[in-house]
Amino acid sequence: MPADIFAKRRNDGLIFLAVVAFLTVGSVMITQYDVLKSFTSIYRALAWGSANFYPNAVSMKQLPDILYKLWETVLMSIAATTIAAVFAGLLALLGSRTIRVNSIFSVIVRGIASFFRNFPLVAWAMVLMLAFSQSQLTGYLALICGSLGFLTRAFIETIDEVGNNPVEALQATGASYIHVIFQAVLPSAMPMMISWLLFMIDTNIRDAILIGFLTGTGIGFSFDLYYKSFDYHTASLVTIFGAIAVIIVETISNSIRRVIMG
Amino acid sequence: MSVYCKDMVVPVPIFPSGQKKGGFNLKQKSKIPLLELTNITKYYHSAAPALADVSFSVAEGEFVAVIGPSGAGKSTLLRCINRMIEPTGGAISFDGVITSLLRKRDLRKLRTKIGMIFQHYNLVDRLTVIENVLHGRLGYKSTLAGVLGRYSREEKKQAFRIINLLGLDEQVYERCDQLSGGQKQRVGIARALIQNPKLILCDEPIASLDPNAAKIIMDYLKNISSQMGITIVINLHQVNVALKYADRIIGVNKGRIVFDGQPDELTGEKIADIYGSEFKDLMMDLGERYAS
Repeated sequence: MPADIFAKRRNDGLIFLAVVAFLTVGSVMITQYDVLKSFTSIYRALAWGSANFYPNAVSMKQLPDILYKLWETVLMSIAATTIAAVFAGLLALLGSRTIRVNSIFSVIVRGIASFFRNFPLVAWAMVLMLAFSQSQLTGYLALICGSLGFLTRAFIETIDEVGNNPVEALQATGASYIHVIFQAVLPSAMPMMISWLLFMIDTNIRDAILIGFLTGTGIGFSFDLYYKSFDYHTASLVTIFGAIAVIIVETISNSIRRVIMG
Repeated sequence: MSVYCKDMVVPVPIFPSGQKKGGFNLKQKSKIPLLELTNITKYYHSAAPALADVSFSVAEGEFVAVIGPSGAGKSTLLRCINRMIEPTGGAISFDGVITSLLRKRDLRKLRTKIGMIFQHYNLVDRLTVIENVLHGRLGYKSTLAGVLGRYSREEKKQAFRIINLLGLDEQVYERCDQLSGGQKQRVGIARALIQNPKLILCDEPIASLDPNAAKIIMDYLKNISSQMGITIVINLHQVNVALKYADRIIGVNKGRIVFDGQPDELTGEKIADIYGSEFKDLMMDLGERYAS
């Protein structure tokens, strides 16, 4: 009966809302989180920020150093992402349903991807710090590990979306496995893969700043240093230029995306 | 340059003006089978075979239609021929070679001699028409040349000739996702032709096309068969189309051949054998109306 379906839809909606409300209220009560206070403190934070957290003339003297560190961080993120993408590409070829060599590789690759992805980036940095101490290399490797997991997964999905049809057609002409990859799979999947790569670069620049706190390198470390020495003016300058850098990179990658996805 | 010379292509005669090969016609067809299937079986699950004990042979230049209900095993049958699907048992000989014995390299060589076109065209949509057509040469390429997509001057000329033959001149540099269904299928045919195949397998080539485009495609296939002497094995859903175009019809039901003969031998009773009796009246009606 059709009427029942509408009633069922409405009931499903109500049940869903009830569950969300229950989870929210439950979590707030268990953690004794003060909702009211959290909103009033936003105002206090803003007041403090406008009083202290702004760049002044003195902090401007640090600008060349900040820009240099920022540049270094952006380049490192790009390098880490592209290297990760190369390996992710190879893994994705082995892991995709469409063109995998065999199902055992596929399962192994998906396992590797899932492991790298689900291990938090900060945890990667901590673990790698044991081996490489506080250095550029640690941050670089941590970013590679995080990106590798995510990109492998994204590339597998992209390649599987290409589907079996062109692959089948090329195999039927007598094309070899490598030919099929370069002539059918990559031409179809490349735009989407590059799009994922650009997204990953955006994300990694943000994450690199965070990782820098831990590894004592790059722009993240500069922020940490100024902030902890109560030099809020310079710290705010770092934040502002960090945000500008991310916006610039995002704008560039969006325009690249528009061109290649056409 | 010299590296690619071994990939030279024999020019294909152009349909309208091209003379028939060596007085080739249907009545005096050579009796040497180009393709011979002996007791082919295919099991996907152990329960029921997709193909059971299928045997037939196809002479050079024949236009053979395979008809049967959905799920009868038509696609499986076609794909066993170029070993896109490995048969469970039986033997296939093509052009004097037992296909099941072929290893990687020789299997590629076998496939270059067998073109294939598909219901969903199976083109690389983001590439242009000419690039898709040239994919038909990949079977002849070394790894590096194929990866880089380096085709000889002769191959490109040949591609343009075939594209012209199929009336796609204006679309040469268009991306395939811009084409209509009929145009895409013609690109599919061009990709098969540039292989210089002896046999073209067609898996429901007109099932996704409107009647007009379907007729154009079938006419091209008929021309390819009669004027280039290329053997065609085609899976069809439409009995009337099979009756109109094929030299010979093979009826498949539940993985078995239940009819194998000339179109005029395909009576209402036989159609009922292939499709089940409910279908008989409808198909007879269509058959009478369109078979002329």
